[in-house]
Amino acid sequence: MSDSTTSPLRRRLLAGGAAGAAIAGAPFVSRLAYAQSLPIKIGFPTPLTGAFSAEAQDQVRAAELAVKEFNAAGGFNGRKVELLVRDDKLNPGEAATRTLELIEKDKVDLIVGSLSAATQLSINAICKSRKTLFNSISQSDAINEAKDWSFYTFHEALTPHATAGAVARYAFPKFGKKVVYLTADYAYGHEMVRGFQRAGQAFGMQTLADIRHPLGAADYSAFLPRIQALKPDILVLCNFGRDLLNSAKQITDFGLKKQMKVIAPVLLYTARQAGGAEAFDGILGGTGYYWGMEDTIPSAKKFNDKFRKAYGGAVPSDYGALGYAGIRSVLQAIQEARSTTATAVANVMRKMRYDFYKGTQFYRLCDHQSVQSIIIVESKSTGMKDKYDVFKILSIEAPSESNLRTCDELGHKVI
Amino acid sequence: MAEISFQLLLLQLMTGLALGAIYALLAVGLSLIFGMLTVVNFAHGAFFMVGAFLGVYFLGLTGSFWFSLVLTPLAVGAIGLLCERFLVRPLYGRGIDYPLLLTFGLSYVMIESMRVLFGLEGVPTSVPAELKGVVDLGIGSFPTYRLFLIVATAVIIGALWLFIEKTRYGLIIRAGSRDPEIVRILGVDIARVWLIVFGIGTAIAGLSGLLAAPTRAVNAEMGIPVLAESFVVTVVGGMGSLPGAVVAGLLVGVVFSMTSLFAPEYAELSIFVLMAVVLLVRPQGLFGKAGLMG
Amino acid sequence: MTKTAQTDFLPRATAFIAKHRVAAVLAFLMIFPLVMPYEALALNILIFGLYAVGFNLLFGYTGLLSFGHAAFFGVGSYLTGIVIIRFGLSWWMAIAVGTACAGLVGLVIGFLAIRTRGIYFSMVTLALGQIVYYAFYKAENWTGGENGLRGITVENFGIFGIQLDILNPLTKYYVLFVFVAAALWLVSRILASPFGAVIESIRENEGRCAACGYDVARAKLLIFVLSSLICGLAGALRALHLSIVPIDSLHYLLSGQAVMMCLLGGMGTFFGPFVGAGVFLYLEDVATVFTTHWMAVVGVIFMLFVLYFPRGIWGTLIHRWQARRVHAGEAR
Repeated sequence: MSDSTTSPLRRRLLAGGAAGAAIAGAPFVSRLAYAQSLPIKIGFPTPLTGAFSAEAQDQVRAAELAVKEFNAAGGFNGRKVELLVRDDKLNPGEAATRTLELIEKDKVDLIVGSLSAATQLSINAICKSRKTLFNSISQSDAINEAKDWSFYTFHEALTPHATAGAVARYAFPKFGKKVVYLTADYAYGHEMVRGFQRAGQAFGMQTLADIRHPLGAADYSAFLPRIQALKPDILVLCNFGRDLLNSAKQITDFGLKKQMKVIAPVLLYTARQAGGAEAFDGILGGTGYYWGMEDTIPSAKKFNDKFRKAYGGAVPSDYGALGYAGIRSVLQAIQEARSTTATAVANVMRKMRYDFYKGTQFYRLCDHQSVQSIIIVESKSTGMKDKYDVFKILSIEAPSESNLRTCDELGHKVI
Repeated sequence: MAEISFQLLLLQLMTGLALGAIYALLAVGLSLIFGMLTVVNFAHGAFFMVGAFLGVYFLGLTGSFWFSLVLTPLAVGAIGLLCERFLVRPLYGRGIDYPLLLTFGLSYVMIESMRVLFGLEGVPTSVPAELKGVVDLGIGSFPTYRLFLIVATAVIIGALWLFIEKTRYGLIIRAGSRDPEIVRILGVDIARVWLIVFGIGTAIAGLSGLLAAPTRAVNAEMGIPVLAESFVVTVVGGMGSLPGAVVAGLLVGVVFSMTSLFAPEYAELSIFVLMAVVLLVRPQGLFGKAGLMG
Repeated sequence: MTKTAQTDFLPRATAFIAKHRVAAVLAFLMIFPLVMPYEALALNILIFGLYAVGFNLLFGYTGLLSFGHAAFFGVGSYLTGIVIIRFGLSWWMAIAVGTACAGLVGLVIGFLAIRTRGIYFSMVTLALGQIVYYAFYKAENWTGGENGLRGITVENFGIFGIQLDILNPLTKYYVLFVFVAAALWLVSRILASPFGAVIESIRENEGRCAACGYDVARAKLLIFVLSSLICGLAGALRALHLSIVPIDSLHYLLSGQAVMMCLLGGMGTFFGPFVGAGVFLYLEDVATVFTTHWMAVVGVIFMLFVLYFPRGIWGTLIHRWQARRVHAGEAR
């Protein structure tokens, strides 16, 4: 299948008829020349529809920015990059199907994307068996474990373990010893709790209860009287996105914030925008990126300016920024490797030090986890300069392998 | 669990009742439509969601929660009337499956329309200023707004009861749900009755959306889980039975709340278990007429 | 032909279709992956088509609307995956185990549910289906919980000594196709048997059917189990196709999809569910590429069908065709 630019139907007709034979019999040299002018195809499955569509569409915007930049700079050997965005609908089955489509029909060179633990694991499973490079841009602990991981798996996003740990290291010494967790009952939530508890050992933290709520619950009121009765110093909301928004809102209504400090592992920029200042007032949490970093990090300033210019003054969200970084990092690796084959690109990425948007990062050798800084922010409710100004940066934890789970623990034989 | 006190149980009960209030309202609308039109309204969750969006919109427009409380059910009810007249009505006499499927398709369209109109992330909401804060019930503090929810539901259901039991129109509705043929023969335009009942049912769904809006995130997908829950309530109470809908709504709320206390991760499952048990013991639901639907 | 009375023509014509319908369907499905935009979609349609056919046995032919069929599909998927990962069973043994387990779950749910009727039957199946969902959701060590089951790799994808490459999409299609073909043949035989007549009479008039001396409860349970076996097989095939099992496989929304596919294609027709699955998935696939508002597109088309083509696509075609044949017969 050399002519992957023609329409699928046409391609099939060609392949079936005499024309197919003619193409197959064409001189080898001309086909090689043709391949060099072909675009580099990057598959980008992400949930354009569904609960995280706002975040996903921001991912796409930022990814397109990275692609435009690369093409404007001349591409790779004159080859331009083409981004093939596919809607996985936040459904792992759909994500698997779309990944198969990208690999089998579109013949993409590599894949970047995803926005949930379950979809990234299913995309990874498909890529792993077909030896296609996949750079995941959403959080999960499982993808780093030897069971799921492969040489072609890269993880650009933070891990829940590291994020929770960073928030714990910042908040636990400040607000008291007794903790209650309100946790979404799925792997991601459990991973967060594990991260908090691990980091909490050093401070002698005491877990009063780990209350697990159904994933995607709209009402949390039924969990709150017990939390009130337990009288903890700190309440940790180990949930994500809309679950976090709903629980934060109801905690505010029940007046719990007056009695305890509320913290969350991940404060989403988009969820804060959707939820408003009141619900998140005073809540402290972690994030992989906040545009306000531009005051101290030059690469963040550069990235923000480019994004603002391209999208009418808007600033990139945390997950959006990951779309940018995920694409830029594979493109840089292609340049350096002077090749698009998965093994060559992976080998370069393993050695790369890069700074695209948040300071220096690199991929840990054993599990290809991007080792990066973690930002601790607090939601603002007064003194906002404009609608983008929603968080106050409290601290930035420097990148360190020691904050990740060890390679041994993940089941990797140390390479 | 040593820390569980009697006060906590009472507080948990109150939380359950507040939750149940919304369930009851949704189920009343669903049950009304089913009892009268034998239409299983799969767009009920979508009407709830549209109610929440319009509620927030009217709140922004008029600046008053109370105006919004009047305008929202009228607007959602009007959408309901249009849907009945042009989409559901052509399907009467074709069996129960077709309206069910039509309203399912309708819910997709409604969800997408709200995404287009109000954005993917939804809109921020907050409790109206008059109802902010908590009150001390003697057993612990409880949000004022949730108390208001219980009272508002009681008022709405009371008004509906008066309308159906004490007015001429209510009489026609009651008769119509028992035997539409006879009502037609008596010279009543039954199609108009159906139209109005559908309008009332969807208006109540919209109203419950508005009432729920300050307590949760308002987004286009918010009606999807609500639909399943309100079906559970309706079926537990007995399809088409209004007292059943109210009792089952509160029951489901309390069961959910108590499970949340003792086995939180099974809270969602608990209401399905409740439904399975009720139906296996009493196949027509708590208040349902045996033999209805089959 | 000339000797045949006119009144015999219709039964003869339908008998002709009945006799060859499996062959016609299979021939179509043979060339199907070649006309689809990509093989993974063709495989999805093949699998969901079978799922809808299994569901149609209960819904279209017996008149029982279940909202819990995702349970069988999902159990088929999960068990197939689990026995491959945990016990290293060969892929075709795994399919057998997955299908059998789905049948077993069907027996339990069916036993409980057939005591209720009408909309209550739908709701009991929904509730029991949700219980299965939570059981698998919570059994994280076995199922992967919300993350789904991963790692279903078939190293040795061959049979009778022939080695095949499961990563080749066309090979995968035709191998799984063999199972679908066998299942369709089985369904066709069931429908053509006296038992097939009994279940259709349950749909038409349950009371009269019982009065004729048939054990209605037993017939319902039997068809429920058969239906769950077919759906379980579809699930098992999907586990091999995707090499993962998402938790959504057990969700009630997937049960809802079966209803939609049946109605879109034409309930109570042999090939209708397949057409419905095909149109539904193809439409969604195409609409998704053009617009992020695919839900609106799908919703509108759905409403148009309910309003103007209530027999479904295939049902409408068959109806028109039969009407023409009858008309032609009368003219002669």
